Amino acid sequence: MTDLSQSPTPVPAGQNSLLTLSDRTKKRNAAEKRFKIYGISAIAVGLLMLVVLVTTIVSRGTGAFQQSFITLKVELLEAKLDKKGNRNLEDIKKVTTFGYAPIVKAAMQQAVQDLGIETDLKSKQMAALLSKNAVAQLRAYVLENPEHIGTTVEFRFLAQSRVDGYLKGRVSRDSIENDKNISPQQLDLADELLAAGVLEKTFNLDFILGSDASDQRPEAAGMGVSMLGSLFMMLVVLALALPIGVAASIYLEEFAAKNWMTDIIEVNIANLAAVPSIVYGILGLAVFINYMHLPMSAPLVGGLVLTLMTLPTIIISTRASLKAVPPSIRDAALGVGASKMQAVFHHVLPLAAPGILTGTIIGLAQALGETAPLLLIGMVGFIASNAPESIADGLLAPNSAMPAQIYEWAKRADPAFYERAWGGIIILLVFLVTMNTVAVILRRRFERRW
Amino acid sequence: MSFMKLTASALTIAAVSATAASARDQVQVAGSSTVLPYASIVAEAFGENFDFPTPVVESGGSSAGLKRFCEGLGENTIDVANASRKIKDKEIKACAEAGVTDIIEVRIGYDGIVFASDIKGNDFAFTPTDWFLALSNEVLVDGKMVANTYKTWADVNPAFPAQDIQAFIPGTKHGTREVFEDKVILAGCEATGAFEHLLAHAEGDTPKAQKKAAEKACISLRTDGRSVDIDGDYTETLARIESNKDGIGVFGLAFYENNTDKLQVATMSGIVPSTESIATGEYPVSRPLFFYVKKAHIGVIPGLKEYAEFFISDEVAGADGPLSEYGLVADPELVKTQEAVAAEATMGGNS
Repeated sequence: MTDLSQSPTPVPAGQNSLLTLSDRTKKRNAAEKRFKIYGISAIAVGLLMLVVLVTTIVSRGTGAFQQSFITLKVELLEAKLDKKGNRNLEDIKKVTTFGYAPIVKAAMQQAVQDLGIETDLKSKQMAALLSKNAVAQLRAYVLENPEHIGTTVEFRFLAQSRVDGYLKGRVSRDSIENDKNISPQQLDLADELLAAGVLEKTFNLDFILGSDASDQRPEAAGMGVSMLGSLFMMLVVLALALPIGVAASIYLEEFAAKNWMTDIIEVNIANLAAVPSIVYGILGLAVFINYMHLPMSAPLVGGLVLTLMTLPTIIISTRASLKAVPPSIRDAALGVGASKMQAVFHHVLPLAAPGILTGTIIGLAQALGETAPLLLIGMVGFIASNAPESIADGLLAPNSAMPAQIYEWAKRADPAFYERAWGGIIILLVFLVTMNTVAVILRRRFERRW
Repeated sequence: MSFMKLTASALTIAAVSATAASARDQVQVAGSSTVLPYASIVAEAFGENFDFPTPVVESGGSSAGLKRFCEGLGENTIDVANASRKIKDKEIKACAEAGVTDIIEVRIGYDGIVFASDIKGNDFAFTPTDWFLALSNEVLVDGKMVANTYKTWADVNPAFPAQDIQAFIPGTKHGTREVFEDKVILAGCEATGAFEHLLAHAEGDTPKAQKKAAEKACISLRTDGRSVDIDGDYTETLARIESNKDGIGVFGLAFYENNTDKLQVATMSGIVPSTESIATGEYPVSRPLFFYVKKAHIGVIPGLKEYAEFFISDEVAGADGPLSEYGLVADPELVKTQEAVAAEATMGGNS
């Protein structure tokens, strides 16, 4: 019932003009306007959330791409590093990183003295401004260049995470009140070193290319090795999921008879696409590791698990794009005498290729961001510490993956790791956005409409 | 089609490399998330100083780690399990059934458990009694066990401010939970006299069964949301406290020391937790940390024994080593452990 029909004085037919809107039309127009406003506000809310998310990520994560370094001249004392003096690598190797600590301490003390900085700190406390990574860096250099023992070499060492946080504004004199890892005097020294140009904050490529570091040296941790882990997993997924998925969907779409068997398969594929990814992790643990005895923590296993997860996505999108190729193409090919297979491979598949590629890329992007299945096959933890040396190594040596590395950093105690987790999210997002953009461009450029 | 050839060759490479996956050349470790930072520090230094690759350390909790440890022998099982508690008889049995018989137990040092709250909030000086009264399911009132209805800390102990009771304690899969139950809740239960009361009324045929029943009743915590189990890591506990300023959480000492800008620590029985007060035994809530090694894997997995020996060497686990710098309380009997590992002495001798 509307007001119009209930109106006690019925509108005369002559007043029904196109120029003056009737109440009914006004109402419909108002409803449309309201709906548009709902739509716009829905988009606005969505955009707002995106903006909040991106600004949070960027503001918290950009710090990870910069790092504080201290440049020091280090005298590589022969008496400490090569007691026998014969430059025998085996003998030099016997000096552990603990043996390098006094050399770093002496270099730091020397630098402070040379700069004429007055401080009450002991050499150990001065050296504490440096990352614990310094000794490892020094030892690696000496093992590579044993001929430099006895000379003085300039090194660029990472600064300790608290000092780095101080330069980035994460750590202040108030916040370290109860901190036993750093004292206000040490921050004073850091200020002096900063003024002298010995301590500086610069772009840190090692965050993008480096390997994970232990809880004591957050400043040395990087994404590089876990990025390689993700890369190898994606290679496995691509090499397995694409051919299997495409072959399965071509058969189902073009060759298989439509009967209850194919119906069941179809329903199951749709179901598989909705299975939570952790289930694939359990499956991977049971089948690939416990039954097939593949190595734990290996990107190969991770890739196999993610293949299972990605397959349904690829099959569904491939079938959709095969279906979108008009039957006239098949009919024409068959009509001029092509076999069914020729028709499919020479005509239908090339036309469906953009859609297949888009589906594959989106499936890969989904697999790239997956952490849950990796938890169970041992890819989360302190793992991404050695860069793989060969392709086989890359597939089989233990490694982590980008999202797993982010998860791992987010739960470590030192707040400096938290910053790195956000930085890692930026890198991961760059990959995902790139992949999705490529997918969109491919679709725009090659997709045909009939 | 070249595409088909490419995928075919990729498949063969994958298959071949899978079968070539024979000898594992790095040590694999899993277990307690409390031990994880220490193990990762050692693993990193081990990789730097030895020609072996850096060991792989996973976390997941003591129980999960020991479960994987006891899955059997072989390259697709872990070599070392980290634990923040001693291995249980039940687990040793499960291990033995899977063929894991010769287990080397290594105690690496001690770890303190601290109670911390938001830095801007009230400060607390707890005793185990306070915690028992605040969190227990039933408390002793006028000689009867009644349901716990305390709402604020002031109800528990008039010396405390009237702050809502909201505790974030480790979930049952954490080894830390048992220490919390043993050294805090149970101690509080005994101190309030509730334990005696429970023991007197406990069901059971033998005194041992009665004691067990009483202990079980003591450590059953209230379920009205005042005590929240945290199954994740300490970072989750910290996040909970940041969002609920009334919350008081249970942390490892090392975690607290890395977050002193956000947390303030409470004293327990008048003692401030620190590596020193834990080393002297004054601070009551501490526990030993362990790792367990499969003897059968020594000699098969390269670097396993070297890793175990390096872990407990003086320069790593000693009083001035990197582990104690991070928050581990050095074991005064480290020499004994070093000798035991060098001799590959297994648990229980001949079992």
